[in-house]
Amino acid sequence: MAVKLEARDIRLEYYQPRTDTRLVALDGVNLTVMDGEFVSIVGPSGCGKTTFLSVVDGLIAATNGRVMVNGRVVSRPGPDRAVVFQDASLLPWRTVERNVVYGLECLGIADAEAKARARKFIDMVGLSGFEHHYPHELSGGMQQRVNLARALVMDPEVLLMDEPFAALDAQTREGMQEELLRIWLQAKKTVLFITHQIDEAIYLSDRVVVFSGRPGRVKEIIEVGMERPRRLTVKREARFHAIEDRIWGLIEEDLKSRIAGDRPPDTPRD
Amino acid sequence: MATAEIELDAGASAHPSTLARFYREHERSIIGGGTLLAVLLIWEGVARSGLVDPLFLSSPIQIVKAGIDLFEGGEIWTHIQVSGSEFLLGYALSVAIGIPLGLATGWYRRLSYLLGPFIDALNAVPRLTLMPIIVIWFGIGIWSKAVVAFLGAVLPILIATNSGVRTSEARYLQVARSFSASELKIFTSIILPGTVPFIFTGLKYGIGRALLGVVVGELYAATAGLGYMIGEAGDTFQTSVVFFGVLIFTATGLVSVGVLDALERRFETWRPKAGAAS
Amino acid sequence: MSTQTVIGEGHVERPPPLVRWYAEHRRAVFGTLVAILFLLFWEGLSRGWWADALRPLIGHAADPLLVPPIFISSPSRIAAEAWRMFVVTREIWSDLRFSAMEYALGLGAAIAVGMPLGLASGWYRRLSYAVGPFLAGFNATPQVALLPLIIIWVGFGLAAKILIIFALAVLPIAISAQSAVRTTDARLLKVAHSFGAGEWHLFRTIILPSAVPFLLAGLRLAVGRAMIGIVVGEIFGSAVGVGAMINRSGSRFETDKVFVGVLVIAAAGMLLAELVHQIERRVEAWRPSV
Repeated sequence: MAVKLEARDIRLEYYQPRTDTRLVALDGVNLTVMDGEFVSIVGPSGCGKTTFLSVVDGLIAATNGRVMVNGRVVSRPGPDRAVVFQDASLLPWRTVERNVVYGLECLGIADAEAKARARKFIDMVGLSGFEHHYPHELSGGMQQRVNLARALVMDPEVLLMDEPFAALDAQTREGMQEELLRIWLQAKKTVLFITHQIDEAIYLSDRVVVFSGRPGRVKEIIEVGMERPRRLTVKREARFHAIEDRIWGLIEEDLKSRIAGDRPPDTPRD
Repeated sequence: MATAEIELDAGASAHPSTLARFYREHERSIIGGGTLLAVLLIWEGVARSGLVDPLFLSSPIQIVKAGIDLFEGGEIWTHIQVSGSEFLLGYALSVAIGIPLGLATGWYRRLSYLLGPFIDALNAVPRLTLMPIIVIWFGIGIWSKAVVAFLGAVLPILIATNSGVRTSEARYLQVARSFSASELKIFTSIILPGTVPFIFTGLKYGIGRALLGVVVGELYAATAGLGYMIGEAGDTFQTSVVFFGVLIFTATGLVSVGVLDALERRFETWRPKAGAAS
Repeated sequence: MSTQTVIGEGHVERPPPLVRWYAEHRRAVFGTLVAILFLLFWEGLSRGWWADALRPLIGHAADPLLVPPIFISSPSRIAAEAWRMFVVTREIWSDLRFSAMEYALGLGAAIAVGMPLGLASGWYRRLSYAVGPFLAGFNATPQVALLPLIIIWVGFGLAAKILIIFALAVLPIAISAQSAVRTTDARLLKVAHSFGAGEWHLFRTIILPSAVPFLLAGLRLAVGRAMIGIVVGEIFGSAVGVGAMINRSGSRFETDKVFVGVLVIAAAGMLLAELVHQIERRVEAWRPSV
């Protein structure tokens, strides 16, 4: 399999004029995602995972390091990457259809063609018949489907998903996870998925990247190694819990060291 | 309103009579209209009783009569025309300048640095105090009033538009940038739609300011216009005419804001209905 | 995120102090610069600096750049006039005293009437229905149009000025008081209800404290509106007062004096608004800043 997305030695520093200090948000992050792979990043809140995603999308320029898609260095947003945003961020003054064609509009694609393409993906996310609804008339889950369709219609090389289900209630979230896997199998996209829900990351992914916070670093990468397609019931199996425990342990270490104020010596876990 | 008000009177059974139901559904209009009617009746009664000099109080019927006389006399049309042109000129000018300038100062930070001091300074000065100077500059014709109306209305419109642009939601901007939207596209697809509610707030506020400018200008120095008519009528103790003139201004204000409300609703079909009030 | 910048490649060093100082005070620096330039331009217009400078180049086309002081006065003339009126002849002080008195009385009356009325109509739904049409109508009216009526009722004296200031200021106060009560957090009311608070107790412990910020915001609006009343109320045949002084000077083409009056009113308005703002900040200490 070919490498689809590669981030090499990503370092990001902020300068804060008010306090005249520098803040290191990301410290040498390396990550490789293969073609068609589903990779999640988990980590405590504030660990820089969303910032990392913004760097990959090109919304934030890194201080050092580079991001490559298909071996080409990218430094600004482009149609080869599309983001599924946190809390949907649908434009409230646009209908479902107008929201989905938004990215195509920005590329200057003719309206008729854009609408035809949109129809396919609105259908894929199961929202046929809602084309002319406004976002406020949809439930949170439906809004996230539009959010997903808006990214998929761009036919990107890589789909970047930024905690898209964080604001949903537990039941809707599980439903959406299952839905996402169905769509992913259908659309055959490479996905980089950000979440703070460990079970969500495991259930969806081929590999789970655990971030440690302040500054953000890759702490460990874990192979999930479970067959697909996956049913939601997999979440109640012992092997699932084993992975969950392991990741939780990694994050807990990080949280504890943060509370203690410094990093503890690397003690092996039992 | 924060609380949904559901009240069940102790005497009300599960099936209230149709009359009670009608009352409950239209309570606001019934109480409001009833009070208005009562006040008018009492006013008329007091005026007829002779307890108060009608010169001071006039009365609803006298005001209506005065209105009919004014329209039959025909002279009022000139006043309406003059005041109307002053108002429309001043208001149109303030819309034509306030909205683009508000958008531009919200969008270009440097421009806002440049114009900010002037806008703040002008905003701090009660513009009506400039009336004497404006009359020196523009004379006592319709232009001095149009300018005062303009000065009154342009700032609320400009400031509201500006803050609409500046409070554009960061997450929508991020969506646009992520889709590589051009600056123009960001402006038309994100900034402008988000600013529309602010613009309407400014426009509605501007109506009152423009009317105020017209009235003050005409009271101060004019040879025609409704404000002039009111002033003259006041000097000659024609109280009914004064009341009628004031009512024309009230009606103008109500109708203008009503038109803007209707326009806003058409622009804002995308808004959840409950949140529209805020 | 707005206060921090990403450090780009090859730009890891922090900027020098002067650049940093400018970055932090950009707005103030720009503002001061623009203001100074504007004052210079104004002064130059009335003294003919620009006309003189350009006349060799464009001849008589430069003439419009000399504007007689009778039209636009000039910063230096205004300053000199202000010095004369405040310090030399001290003639403005009696006007100030008179205007301040009518202002205080008018605004005081507006608060005394507007706040209770607004609070009550926010609390009692039926009362709000009853006064609704009157408030809406009065709000849509340019209140200054009532001036001729007021003069018929109370004559040209102090009472007329107080009434017009009252008419201008009362609505913002009443309307903000009404919406203050209406937007009280329903959860707080529920808590109080569940503790068995009585109506009056509820009003005093929940409604009033949460209404204070709204009341002050309304007051801040009213302070500005009432300033208009000073000028407008003294349009007709008043002998004393800053507004009367402005009008008198205007009709005599004493533009310098008009500007002094305008600036005095503007300064008073800003001072009062700032005062209310300071109170607002004190009162709102418990509230997270936005």
